Amino acid sequence: MHEKTFRKACADSGLNPFLCEIANLREHCSWVHEDIVEGTKKAIDLVRIAVERVKRNVPLSPIQVPVTKKALVIGGGISGIQASLDIANAGFDVVLVEKQPSIGGHMSQLSETFPTLDCSQCILTPRMVEVYQHPRIKLLTYSEVENVEGFIGNFKVTIRKKARSIDESKCTGCGLCVQKCPIKKKAYNEFEEGLAFRPAVYVPFPQAVPNIPVIDRTVCTYYQTGKCQMCVKVCGREAIKFDQEDTLITEDIGAIVVATGYKLYTIDKKPDAQEIKGYGEYGYGKYKDVVDGLQFERIASASGPTSGEILRPSDNSVPKKIVFIQCVGSRDESKGFSYCSKICCMYTAKHAMLYKHKVHDGEAYVFYMDIRAGGKGYDEFVRRAIEEDNVKYIRGRVSRIYEENGKYIVKGEDTIAGMPVVIDADMVVLATAITAQPDAVKLAQTVGMSYDKYGFYNEVHPKLRPVEVSTAGVFLAGACQAPKDIPESVAMASAAASKSLVLFGSDLLEREPTVAKVNESICAGCFYCQKVCAYNAIERKEIKDRQGNVVKVIASVNSGLCQGCGTCNAVCPSKSVELVGFNDEQIYAQINALG
Amino acid sequence: MEEKTFEPKITAFVCNWCTYTGADLAGTSRLKYKPNIKMIRVPCTGRIDPVFIIKAFEKGADGVLISGCHPGDCHYNTGNYHARRRWVLFTELLNYIGIDSSRLFFSWVSASEGKKFVDVVTEVTETVRKKGPFIQYHKINKEFVLDE
Repeated sequence: MHEKTFRKACADSGLNPFLCEIANLREHCSWVHEDIVEGTKKAIDLVRIAVERVKRNVPLSPIQVPVTKKALVIGGGISGIQASLDIANAGFDVVLVEKQPSIGGHMSQLSETFPTLDCSQCILTPRMVEVYQHPRIKLLTYSEVENVEGFIGNFKVTIRKKARSIDESKCTGCGLCVQKCPIKKKAYNEFEEGLAFRPAVYVPFPQAVPNIPVIDRTVCTYYQTGKCQMCVKVCGREAIKFDQEDTLITEDIGAIVVATGYKLYTIDKKPDAQEIKGYGEYGYGKYKDVVDGLQFERIASASGPTSGEILRPSDNSVPKKIVFIQCVGSRDESKGFSYCSKICCMYTAKHAMLYKHKVHDGEAYVFYMDIRAGGKGYDEFVRRAIEEDNVKYIRGRVSRIYEENGKYIVKGEDTIAGMPVVIDADMVVLATAITAQPDAVKLAQTVGMSYDKYGFYNEVHPKLRPVEVSTAGVFLAGACQAPKDIPESVAMASAAASKSLVLFGSDLLEREPTVAKVNESICAGCFYCQKVCAYNAIERKEIKDRQGNVVKVIASVNSGLCQGCGTCNAVCPSKSVELVGFNDEQIYAQINALG
Repeated sequence: MEEKTFEPKITAFVCNWCTYTGADLAGTSRLKYKPNIKMIRVPCTGRIDPVFIIKAFEKGADGVLISGCHPGDCHYNTGNYHARRRWVLFTELLNYIGIDSSRLFFSWVSASEGKKFVDVVTEVTETVRKKGPFIQYHKINKEFVLDE
């Protein structure tokens, strides 16, 4: 516990700090044992084993490694945008990698934001443009991080830039190809959450950054039949490149900010839908007018498929009675996830409010379990929905939704009144749970992060180190760590950026010198150590004779990567790799001292 | 009479990040346990060579406790997984060579589980106390030496 303090005391008095050893008599002996005689005997033993160890300690000095002052930000949603801008504005280079063709993330899909009801795109798009124009930000959209090697301050990152089939240097973003593409009613429109279709060559949304289209090869006629080429004909810049291939880009990176965001729990037949776990009784995916939260955002958005009018997807009529159901998948271990998705209480209140503002004579009902509106101005916002906009809140769950004469019969219960409730609704909105990205685990393994059973990334300490992960030099921002709203995501992104800047503040990093070391004369090159090393710190080293012939290949430890766990030491058959500071000789001496 | 005065010797190998820190917490919380246990700190349970355990028995331990971070919480990502697999094989091997593997204990104690640390230590101490001194190993050891 106080190792650092005593090591510093040693250093101050001129002794190498790594010669300091602690027999922890206070926490491990005097404070925990009541029997004074036995306790004293134990204390003597503890001192004896510490002495045996310290006799075999060697003076060490910290390993110094240089820092590459460039950050990688993975994910171009609001968290990634904020982190990139903060780091870049501090004067350091940033590589921002986004999987989708445009940055903006889920926030660009939202209609208005709680608790102020200001337009989401109006506040977001200036930030997106700022990223695009920033001289220190290298923006790689439609790209994914493929491999991460190295260690804090010295990562080597490989990024796969997927083929857009468009030459980015030539495209001016005029949009002629998008207009002329004959495929209009085939492709699933991801941005509109399936409420509309898009052509095969498309820009995800009008304010996309960069404003360069992508050809969806799975639906494009050219890739299916070899014909069409309408886009080639209309493009005056010869920017269409059907034979474009994925390119791999490598970057030297010092710090990584992971801001990959979330996905909504889907229980329907959408592409990439998860396995249906529950809520089939709500008819989501079966009935067109049973939609999820993001779909309702698009319906309420002025830039959405209905231009902001609240209309039913099935027949474009105005719903006069609308039911919102909260906690669909959240706080329900048997059917969904045990955690609270945190933002649904607020966005449901917002949805109900937006509906009432647009359909004045409509009725809005909300089924809720609890209202969790913790946040500045949040509870007032929900009160406003109930008191000023007359949204009817019903505490209880819905058991079933079915169609009857063009209405959706919502059967639920009111647990406060203690009676069943039946509502003949025109439309139903499900506040489905926030889940981790489907490929979250893959990225965790690539970058070296731990994750919980739901796929959210684990911070090192839930209170005191909330943005760091166990791999040094990697930081978390936004909903990839847990469900969170926009203000929290932005705050976390700035925190992750400032952690990166702390790293960039020094030219050299000091690392603990207690790392593994190979005795080259006895290593047989079996590489068991390489198999167990969690950090890829074991490298192959060729030993050559004077003629330059390779005599043998042995293991060698990259002391920059090694974290000093000693697993290699335990598996080495010849004991040729040993962990400095915890070598076999020391541990056997300690065991012997107990005998 | 001898049974009553028998105080088992327990050697523990604990990882620096979870169980050692958990033991620190037990101390700062002033929880109480018997002084039979003596801990040897290693960076990670992955560092523990099975030979350490045999050596500890050879040096007179009546019980050996291995404790580290919970699976998934390892400070070094995967060290405790390697350790866990190793123990599965090693217990088989112990049984094979005739060492009572029930004198070897494994547990996961995190840095926040001071109370659990005390419970584990108490349980191990009491279990070994009931089993009595571990003379079996010394017997085997002696036979082995005679054969030589």
